[in-house]
Amino acid sequence: MLYHDVLIVGGGLSGLRAAVGLCEKYDVGLVSKVHPIRSHSIAAQGGINAALANNPDARDDTPEKHTFDTVKGGDYLGDQDAVEIMCKEAPVIVYEMEHWGCPFSRFPDNTIAQRPFGGAGYPRTCFSADITGHVLLNTLYERSVYKDVKVYSEHVVLALVTDGNLCHGAIVLDQIKGEIIPVAAKATVFATGGYGRVYLYSTNALSNTGSGIGIPFRAGVPVKDMEFVQFHPTSLIGTNILMTEACRGEGGYLLNNKGERFMERYAAKAMELAPRDIVSRSIQTEIEEGRGFEHELGKYVQLDLRHLGAQKIMERLPGIRRICLDFIGIDPIYEPIPIMPSQHYSMGGIDTNEKSETVVKGFYAAGECACVSVHGANRLGGNSLLDTIVFGKLASISVDQYLQSDGFKPDEKLLMSKKAEVEHKIKQLNSGGSQRPFKILDELRLTMSNLAGIFRTKDELQQALSKIIELKERYKKVNVSSSKIYMNYELIGAWELESMLDVGHIIVLGALLREESRGAHSRRDFPMRRDAEWLKHTVATIGKDGEPNISYKGVTITKYEPMERKY
Amino acid sequence: MTDKDYFTFKILRYDAAEPDIEPHFQTYKIRVIPGLTILMVLLRIRDEIDGTLAFRSSCRSAVCGSCAMVINGKIDLACRTQAASFGSNTIILEPLPNMQIIKDLVVDMTPFWDMYEKVKPYMIRKGDYPDKEIAQTEEDRKKIDQYVNCILCACCYGACPVLARNPDYMGPAAFAKLERFMLDSRDERPDNFLQNVDSEDGVWGCDTVLRCIEACPKDVRPTDSIVGLRKQLVKNKLFGKGKNED
Ligand SMILES: Cc1cc2nc3c(=O)[nH]c(=O)nc-3n(C[C@H](O)[C@H](O)[C@H](O)COP(=O)(O)OP(=O)(O)OC[C@H]3O[C@@H](n4cnc5c(N)ncnc54)[C@H](O)[C@@H]3O)c2cc1C
Ligand code: FES
Repeated sequence: MLYHDVLIVGGGLSGLRAAVGLCEKYDVGLVSKVHPIRSHSIAAQGGINAALANNPDARDDTPEKHTFDTVKGGDYLGDQDAVEIMCKEAPVIVYEMEHWGCPFSRFPDNTIAQRPFGGAGYPRTCFSADITGHVLLNTLYERSVYKDVKVYSEHVVLALVTDGNLCHGAIVLDQIKGEIIPVAAKATVFATGGYGRVYLYSTNALSNTGSGIGIPFRAGVPVKDMEFVQFHPTSLIGTNILMTEACRGEGGYLLNNKGERFMERYAAKAMELAPRDIVSRSIQTEIEEGRGFEHELGKYVQLDLRHLGAQKIMERLPGIRRICLDFIGIDPIYEPIPIMPSQHYSMGGIDTNEKSETVVKGFYAAGECACVSVHGANRLGGNSLLDTIVFGKLASISVDQYLQSDGFKPDEKLLMSKKAEVEHKIKQLNSGGSQRPFKILDELRLTMSNLAGIFRTKDELQQALSKIIELKERYKKVNVSSSKIYMNYELIGAWELESMLDVGHIIVLGALLREESRGAHSRRDFPMRRDAEWLKHTVATIGKDGEPNISYKGVTITKYEPMERKY
Repeated sequence: MTDKDYFTFKILRYDAAEPDIEPHFQTYKIRVIPGLTILMVLLRIRDEIDGTLAFRSSCRSAVCGSCAMVINGKIDLACRTQAASFGSNTIILEPLPNMQIIKDLVVDMTPFWDMYEKVKPYMIRKGDYPDKEIAQTEEDRKKIDQYVNCILCACCYGACPVLARNPDYMGPAAFAKLERFMLDSRDERPDNFLQNVDSEDGVWGCDTVLRCIEACPKDVRPTDSIVGLRKQLVKNKLFGKGKNED
């Protein structure tokens, strides 16, 4: 058994920020299934929002305006008190990251450069070329090295240990040594990122399975607003690698097969820089109505950067150019990029409040795996990196307060019995069942992309629901080639598959029940937002047979009464 | 579908937990379609043919640095390498050299990270922080660009001939990281800090045969950093205190 005051799960931006905030005062252990520097945060490209008012076109930008843009972008489902806190904290944490060494791009007056992003009234996205996640994650990891944070890399959390009211720690698998270790902790923070790989078409890393949402769900922690799944408008066809919104922020066009900048039809004012949900639906509509291009890798529209010129592309979007050259053999200086929308971000997640607390005492969540909610029904570009660092920091403050006031000792017996349960379950994964994990996963992904994608209908969602229930049944007979726990990636995949099925189930059920269109949740059979009935959060808790039970709770509205969303 | 679409992948298998079984190649046949990367091949093998195969991966887009290995004799990231790019339908996959194998294509990166930590890879400031950002010109920021691009994949570490004969050598990535901070106009580490690398295990160990530059998937030139650090050391010796000395 390992003991820590605080167990942090996840070495991305959120987990590292929480760890850095706590490690001086407490004994902190940070567990991550990949080395922190390999976390998905590394892949973020475009930037992080903060109303610094550095851009000459944005001298009167303020955190209040940032708050309003975020609330409106989220189609009024965000909790406005929490959004306000995040936007106020934004300049503080951006300066903090800069002080810790983050190499932001600069304006001629030597301040941090800011570019326009979708859904924002001002150019307020701070960036470092198109590798903003890379520089932020390196900076925070460097900070954690400086602060001597204890990191357990390539350790996978398999289960959370709670007694219903209180969290006692987690059961962790050390992949390299092949040991199952109960970790007793007075406070546990999940910062496990998104679940993109539940979908077939996703911009996310392969490690984004969402096990960090499924695991607490099965331990009795409620999850929120899971039907709100962001589809990014511009991913490369074939691999679905992201082409950052900064491509459009820097002036890129979207073109259909007639050469038209079709966004004119859908958002005449904001054009390519309308919020993502709107741009993704517009692209999907162009393709469905026959104005897309055909390719063996799928139907697409074009992202055209050619008019930006070689210099701007090399300076501002060098990573994008590299990806295009490496992965599709196209140089965006000379050719338009073939793109399609694909799953990108999860607005939903573990149900937390503005202090990163959950209903289970001693259990916290922050970053993409959590749902505060600040992004509401649709996240604005550049607001997620912000969310991860702000709520990582706020989680560290809440944990500090909790540990000061509580003399609580984790229950070792409970941890040991959970460990035994986990070991038993692992044995079952290698007991001659007939089902291969990859087959179940492939079918889940196809179901999610085809039946719970950008546009949804009752019929399709019902089909998706029955399919997932069938897959869950088949999962009971899943079998892996070896029951060794040492260096067994197949086993870990099969373990995480259970969470992926749960995540899919909750998304589909929430989407089926929500009979309206709001933000990224777009029902063809209910095309309007319906505030009277649906201005509320969806909350899913586990039922006695493992199925999600859905209830609802109110949205906090402070200053901004819901209005029609026009761009 | 013809036979010629089927490629032969020979993958080095070894398990440090079962040292009695010598490292050996195992052969898999996979159908290769245009665009299929080595990483996708490995994933298919693990999913569909052999669940015991071990390799690392995460981003699948050449940014996280997980999947460095030797592909037909050349060190590269598996996720950015197309299977059909070799003009041959036999492809040999081996783990990164200069580190111990844990299992199959997974090596123990501990020495690599130890060297990284040795150079104090973080910004060092002396005084208080300003209320806003520390001013920096775009020109100054650009000086560190190439080193900032490093993804710590250890391709250079695997390619380095000095490390092959001297495991205590700090290796190219650590120097690139150090130079990233030395050249950062905001960093205030004292110049005598360079004593840490003033040795044969440090910057003087390099043969300057540029293998690290060849191997880098991100166009970083670690040799530039080694040359830069050497120059700074010589300067400090000749002229005493440097810019950050009190
Ligand atoms: C391609 C791409 C580009 C993006 N660009 C931007 C952008 O420009 N601006 C913006 O604001 N947002 C962007 N986003 C979104 C943003 O990058 C992510 O939401 C954010 O980085 C998530 O950070 P995180 O700390 O929550 O989690 P992550 O960085 O995903 O880290 C999750 C961590 O949890 C660990 N983990 C997960 N499960 C387990 C487990 N069971 N056991 C142990 N460890 C576990 C992982 O090892 C990892 O360390 C982008 C997203 C993508 C996909
Ligand atoms: S999987 Fe991330 S670099 Fe290859």
